[in-house]
Amino acid sequence: MQTKEILETIKMIDEEYLDIRTITMGISLLDCMDTDIDKSCEKIKKKICSKAKDLVKVGNEFGKEYGIPVVNKRISVTPISMLVAVSGGDPVKYALTLEECAQELGVDFIGGFSALVQKGYASGDKELIEAIPEALAKTQHVCASVNVGSTKAGINMDAVKQMGRIIKECAQLTKDDHCLGAAKLVVFCNAVEDNPFMAGAFHGVGEADCVINVGVSGPGVVRAVLAKADKTLPMDKIADLIKRTAFKITRMGQLVGTVASEKLGVPFGIVDLSLAPTPAIGDSVAYILEEMGLETCGAYGTTACLAMLNDAVKKGGVMATSNVGGLSGAFIPVSEDAGMIHAAKTGVLSLEKLEAMTAVCSVGLDMIVVPGDTSASIISGVIADEAAIGMVNSKTTAVRIIPAIGKEVGEELDFGGLLGSGPVMPIRQTQNDVMINRGGRIPAPLQSLKN
Amino acid sequence: MKAIITVIGKDKVGILAMIANECAKANINVLDVSQTIVDGFFTMTMSVDLENMETSLSSFSDHMDQLGKEKDLVIRVMHQDIFDSMHKI
Repeated sequence: MQTKEILETIKMIDEEYLDIRTITMGISLLDCMDTDIDKSCEKIKKKICSKAKDLVKVGNEFGKEYGIPVVNKRISVTPISMLVAVSGGDPVKYALTLEECAQELGVDFIGGFSALVQKGYASGDKELIEAIPEALAKTQHVCASVNVGSTKAGINMDAVKQMGRIIKECAQLTKDDHCLGAAKLVVFCNAVEDNPFMAGAFHGVGEADCVINVGVSGPGVVRAVLAKADKTLPMDKIADLIKRTAFKITRMGQLVGTVASEKLGVPFGIVDLSLAPTPAIGDSVAYILEEMGLETCGAYGTTACLAMLNDAVKKGGVMATSNVGGLSGAFIPVSEDAGMIHAAKTGVLSLEKLEAMTAVCSVGLDMIVVPGDTSASIISGVIADEAAIGMVNSKTTAVRIIPAIGKEVGEELDFGGLLGSGPVMPIRQTQNDVMINRGGRIPAPLQSLKN
Repeated sequence: MKAIITVIGKDKVGILAMIANECAKANINVLDVSQTIVDGFFTMTMSVDLENMETSLSSFSDHMDQLGKEKDLVIRVMHQDIFDSMHKI
C-alpha cells in the first residue's frame, strides 16, 4: 500500500468530510400485524428491538476500527398505514411505539410512518395521514412520508390537496420547536422502497424481512478534487474526475455494508450512491457546482452542471458496488447545504430554479423554508408540480417544505444538527385553489411518443 | 487481519520507538514502516499484523488516539480494508 494512497484516504476523512452518512436497517413489520392495535404495537417493539439491538454498537465499532465516522444509525420499517389497515385505532400509538424503540436502541431516526396512495386511498391510509401532524409533534425520531404519485399510476390529487394542509398542520403544531414537524415529513412521487435517507425512508413490501442499507456522504471530497482541477478543463474531463471520486466514495459504502451485514447477521441491501451534503462549510453540493465555474449556485448553467454531476456520480458508483439502490443521485436540500443557504440568501437561487434542478437530480424540493402564512393550497400546488416532474420523467421527486410559522421572507429558521438552517424564501402567492380543490387524479402519462 | 497505523505531527526524537513499543506491548507484529516529511509534517505509515493481538482493534485505536493527544501527534489505527477497498479494484 502506497503512503500517498493512505494519506489521500485520511485527508478525505479529515479535511473533506468523507463519512458514512447512515447505516439504515430496514425491518419488515408485516408479521407484526394484529387486529388489536396494542398487541400490534407490542409485536413491533419486540421485533425492532431484537433485530436492531446491535445496530448502534456495530456502527460505532466500525467507525473506530476503520477510522471513518458513521454519523447516523437509522431504522426504516414497513409503511405503518398497512398495520393501521388491519388494526384500526389511533395511528399515533404506532408513532409512539416507534419512538420508544428509537430511544431504547439509541438510533438517530426511524422512518416508515408512511402511506402509499398514488392511485387511491386504501383502508388505513387516510387515518394515518391525518395522524401525521400529531405523531410528528409527539415524537423526536419518527419520520413520515406519503407517496402521492407515480409514473405508472399518475397523481392522486385528493392526496396532494390533503398533504398541503397536513404540512401546514405539522408546522403549526411544532411552531415552538422551529416547525420541526414539517422537516420530518416528505411527500413523494415514485418513492423508492430501499431508501436509507430520511425523512423518506421506509421498508418496502417487496424487500426482504431485514436488510442493511447504506448511504455515504461525500460532496466535500468531490469539491476538493474539482477545486484542484484546471479552470480550462473541458466538461467531459470534469465528469471523469467526478466519476473517479464517486467510485472511491462508494467503495466505502460497499465496505461498511458488507462488514455491518456480516456482524449483524442481516443481508446487505443496497448502497445509495447519493452525494448527501451537510451544513459543514465545504461539504456542499452547491460548492461542487460553483467549482465547475458558476459564481453562485442558481446562475444559468446550474441545471446543466447538476445533470452532469448526478450522472457522473452514478457512473462512478455503479462500478464500485453491485448493490446499487435507493435514491442514488445528488441531493439539493437547501437548509442542509452551506452553499445552497448562501445562494438562497443572496436571492440567486430561487424556488423556480430549484424546481428546474429537481428535474435532473435525485429527489426534489428539499428542506425549503417558506413564509408561515403560505396557504395550504399553494403548498399543494408545489407538491403537484414536483410530482408532475417526477411522473413524466420516471424519476423520484419529493417535497419537504417548511412553512415557518410567524416568520417572513428574509428571516431564518434554525433546526440545528444535520438539518441545518434555512432562510425563508419568497414563494409566489397567486391563487390556485380552484385547481387544487378539483381533486381526483391526474392520469398516468403515455410511455411512448416521448417529446 | 492487518491495520495501518499513521502518525502525523511535528518531528521529534522517539516517535517510531514509542509506536513500536506500544505495538509490542499489545503483541502486534510490525510488517513495514515508511516515514517522510509531507508539507513540513512528520508523516509515518506503519503496516501491522493484528493476528495475535491481545486487545481489540477499537480499544487499541482508542488507546493510540489518546497517546497521540498527550504527545501532540495525530495517531490513527485503521483497518487495512478501508484503503484496499478505496484504492484497489
